[in-house]
Amino acid sequence: MADNIQSDNGKPKGVKPTLPPGVAKPKVPGAAKPAMPPAGKPAMPPAGKPAMPPAAKPSMPPAAKAPVLPPPGGDGDSVVPMLSRKDFATDQDVRWCPGCGDYAILATVQRLMPELGVPKEKTVFISGIGCSSRFPYYMNTYGMHSIHGRAPTIATGLKASRPDLDVWIITGDGDALSIGGNHLIHLLRRNLNVQLLLFNNQIYGLTKGQYSPTSEQGKITKSTPYGSIDHPFNPVAVALGADATFVARSMDRDPKHLQETLRRAHEHKGASFVEIYQNCNIFNDGAFFSFTEKATKSKSTLFIEHGKPLVYENGKKGIRLDGLKLEAIDLDGGSWSASDCVVYDETNRELAYLVGRLFWQQEMPRPFGVFYREERATYEDLLHTQIEGIREKRGAGDLARLLNSGETWTIS
Amino acid sequence: MQLTGSQFTLATAIARNDLATLPDFPAEIRAPAGTTYGVSGFQLHFGSVEIRTPGDEVDLLVAMNPAALKVNLSRVHLQGTIIVNVDAFDERGLELAGYKSNPLEDGSLHAYRVIPVELTKLTREALKDFDLNQKEIDRSKNMFALGLALWLYSRPIEPATDWINQKFAKKPQIRDANLHLLNKGYHYGETTEQFVARYEVQPAQLAPGKYRAIHGTEALALGLIAASSKSGLPLFYGTYPITPASDILHELSRHKNFGVMTFQAEDEIAAVGAAIGASFGGQLGVTGTSGPGMALKMEAIGLAVMTELPLVIVDVQRGGPSTGLPTKTEQSDLLQAVYGRNGEAPLPVIAANSPGDCFYAAYEACRIAVTYRTPVILLADGYIGNGSEPWLIPDVNALEPFKPNFAEKPNRIVDGKEEFLPYLRDEETLARPWARPGTPGLEHRIGGLEKQHETGAVSYDADNHEFMVKLRAEKVERVARIIPPTEIHGDDSGELLVIGWGSTKGSIEAAVDRARKRGIKVSSIHLRHISPLPPDLGSIFNRFEHYLVPELNNGQLVRILRDRFLLPFVPYNKIKGAPFRTNEIERAIDTVLSGAPAHSY
Repeated sequence: MADNIQSDNGKPKGVKPTLPPGVAKPKVPGAAKPAMPPAGKPAMPPAGKPAMPPAAKPSMPPAAKAPVLPPPGGDGDSVVPMLSRKDFATDQDVRWCPGCGDYAILATVQRLMPELGVPKEKTVFISGIGCSSRFPYYMNTYGMHSIHGRAPTIATGLKASRPDLDVWIITGDGDALSIGGNHLIHLLRRNLNVQLLLFNNQIYGLTKGQYSPTSEQGKITKSTPYGSIDHPFNPVAVALGADATFVARSMDRDPKHLQETLRRAHEHKGASFVEIYQNCNIFNDGAFFSFTEKATKSKSTLFIEHGKPLVYENGKKGIRLDGLKLEAIDLDGGSWSASDCVVYDETNRELAYLVGRLFWQQEMPRPFGVFYREERATYEDLLHTQIEGIREKRGAGDLARLLNSGETWTIS
Repeated sequence: MQLTGSQFTLATAIARNDLATLPDFPAEIRAPAGTTYGVSGFQLHFGSVEIRTPGDEVDLLVAMNPAALKVNLSRVHLQGTIIVNVDAFDERGLELAGYKSNPLEDGSLHAYRVIPVELTKLTREALKDFDLNQKEIDRSKNMFALGLALWLYSRPIEPATDWINQKFAKKPQIRDANLHLLNKGYHYGETTEQFVARYEVQPAQLAPGKYRAIHGTEALALGLIAASSKSGLPLFYGTYPITPASDILHELSRHKNFGVMTFQAEDEIAAVGAAIGASFGGQLGVTGTSGPGMALKMEAIGLAVMTELPLVIVDVQRGGPSTGLPTKTEQSDLLQAVYGRNGEAPLPVIAANSPGDCFYAAYEACRIAVTYRTPVILLADGYIGNGSEPWLIPDVNALEPFKPNFAEKPNRIVDGKEEFLPYLRDEETLARPWARPGTPGLEHRIGGLEKQHETGAVSYDADNHEFMVKLRAEKVERVARIIPPTEIHGDDSGELLVIGWGSTKGSIEAAVDRARKRGIKVSSIHLRHISPLPPDLGSIFNRFEHYLVPELNNGQLVRILRDRFLLPFVPYNKIKGAPFRTNEIERAIDTVLSGAPAHSY
């Protein structure tokens, strides 16, 4: 897929790179037609930081204002020097469109990082392709901006072989659910101890506005001028169906909720799936406004919390179980009270299925929070436990003995 | 049938004959018995002299049913011996094989020596006191045939006995039946008077040393483990099951005590992606597959080109395109390996030339990948992957070690500040530093977008892009500096040079030897390195007048050579899912020297 963000138009500045020896004058093999005769010296590449494209640095979206934070804590190494949000920012200009929801998510993650207590060098961000997948360039940690849909595969190889690293996957609705759908479900079922942040904006942004696998049916886009006929995925239901051990949903415009959700995702040992509603103000502006904007938020959202009844709209409404169906009830009318509502249990898979299925339904709110959490052995633990077990039983491998194994005979 | 073949091979290796094998089986697991497309065969060539190929024509064919006879008769030379299971030549068996009349009775086999054996009947008779059902009994008849063949060629029976004892340790009924039958077959040879001759093949004069029999896929796995051990890099093998590469996974997964991590991924792309992830983390990342899987991996291989991470991709080639001929051999992925990616994405490509050579090729692929921080494609094929040969066990201490040389500290001072530039290059190899996550102070980001020279930052600059494309190409060309001088089989100069690569080495050199005995001035070279090509090829070509390029494809190396050298390379192609016969190449040598046009053979 094209990765066609505009090129910078700045003048190069900074250190002039020296050519590696032999590049300008490669040795030509003594053959009739040499392999690489570069026509003269390759032009010197410019170095240094490009000038900023016009309007590349927008003002922060309103939601990115710093919330009040709890004191630093975390479960990482205890000898880590105290880092600040700035330590996790790179010198790269952030190139998302002004007003993009990605800015708020980046700010939230950068703010969360120092509190987790994981050293920068132990943290790795892996992404695929798409607007959201530019994320690693802006995190001053190790990182890889890989290829479309494949971030979970690279993260799997990295985490499986390096369990000591703290691996984050950044992906989008097209990247994770369309081209990379297969890898997503397998990452979740294997349960590697990683965090997967799916920025869902219900549109293809980087390719300039085609419908995505989460776009609502009937959506008019550049590729669907008469309306999309595709049935959309519910990412939370997909993750639950793939036996994910941690499934949550949050939004770009509620940084407090987002930060808390990400902290819990990080605390969880296993694959943590976090869907983040993210506004694409260019190609799909306002897709989630009914959930994120003040006027409608309380009516249309249900913030689920472990051990608490499912109530919303400032306590005026709740959710009860009617057999195997969820029903919205009026808590102000006198016939129902909070005690009639379902008390949420994030370790109850069946409940997670029911609540996770609240999606594009009339008269029902959209749930946010942690849907499901389960302790299950991680892939990398099983892998290394097995290897260690075999080593203990058979002894560490001896190469000479291996080569000499089986039926052998000697010729003198 | 494949098991029977393997057991006979092992006995032959232990009798110290040199040998080469050609297993030949259908893609279907339980293809309908008795049909021509369901025939599973195993060809073995052994002798007291050096054996380079599985043989052009066979001296002895064991045909378990009419279909096997029909499919393989053309391989038997006139006056050759055919042992048939006469019980299978009933009406139904003949009909399934498409015989209108019984070839055992209609005189069509008069040019051969046919030895009918009532294999089914004898098997049933021998096992009548065993508590086995009819199906189990009939399935055992291969053991009778194995025992008979072992007797006929004076092979030791012990290796097969050991194998049966081990394989059926938990099923004493089956074990005893098989042992009984094996002995019955052996004794049948002795007591029946059908066999006028019993053969004794003297041990071959192989180079002194300790030997074992080895399959190509097994050697590939051992080569990877050896590279891991010698470099100190843990081996991570990401793969998806595919014929004929799966045996590498089977072998590696048995050796986890070497710290080998095997990852059976959800698909081919995930397999290579995980290997790249492991490489990024500082492991020896390897993926293995065959043609269709290669096609799927290519975008990710391009990522490894761009991120300049070590990665080894093993392609055990098979007949293509598409699903093609999964169990048949072919050399048709060469152009895919050299050119098959989007953009300018050169990488080193090397090829293994025999089952045992797979070990050294795998080791070499790892060494290049780690030293030059580049993906390397290693080409094997179904013929050498499934085939086996006696293997002089290498001395572990003689393997040239290589080191990952991980980056541990900043490598440039910019404005008085120490910085780490992830694309600053080694002067000799042009390799970039390999900084493992977890190394403090070297945090950096890599990815598939074009890199700015030295800093590795994303760059859309036109001049930088052109420079980087040429720089990556030059890095791959630098590998030529470590290619040893090309060995010439035959004289250093002459009339004709035969140029081959991969699994055709045995056939080509055997044909060259025969032609030289007839006084023809022909030599051959066999390429381990195809990208980059060895630097001394030009000077070798200058010493010959004609050039013949035999390949098991429609002409691929020949195009690469023509692209580099303006010389009249004559292709000789076979695309039949089978290796070259020595006499085919010998004929091609004669034809090219007779001046006939290339198309005439």
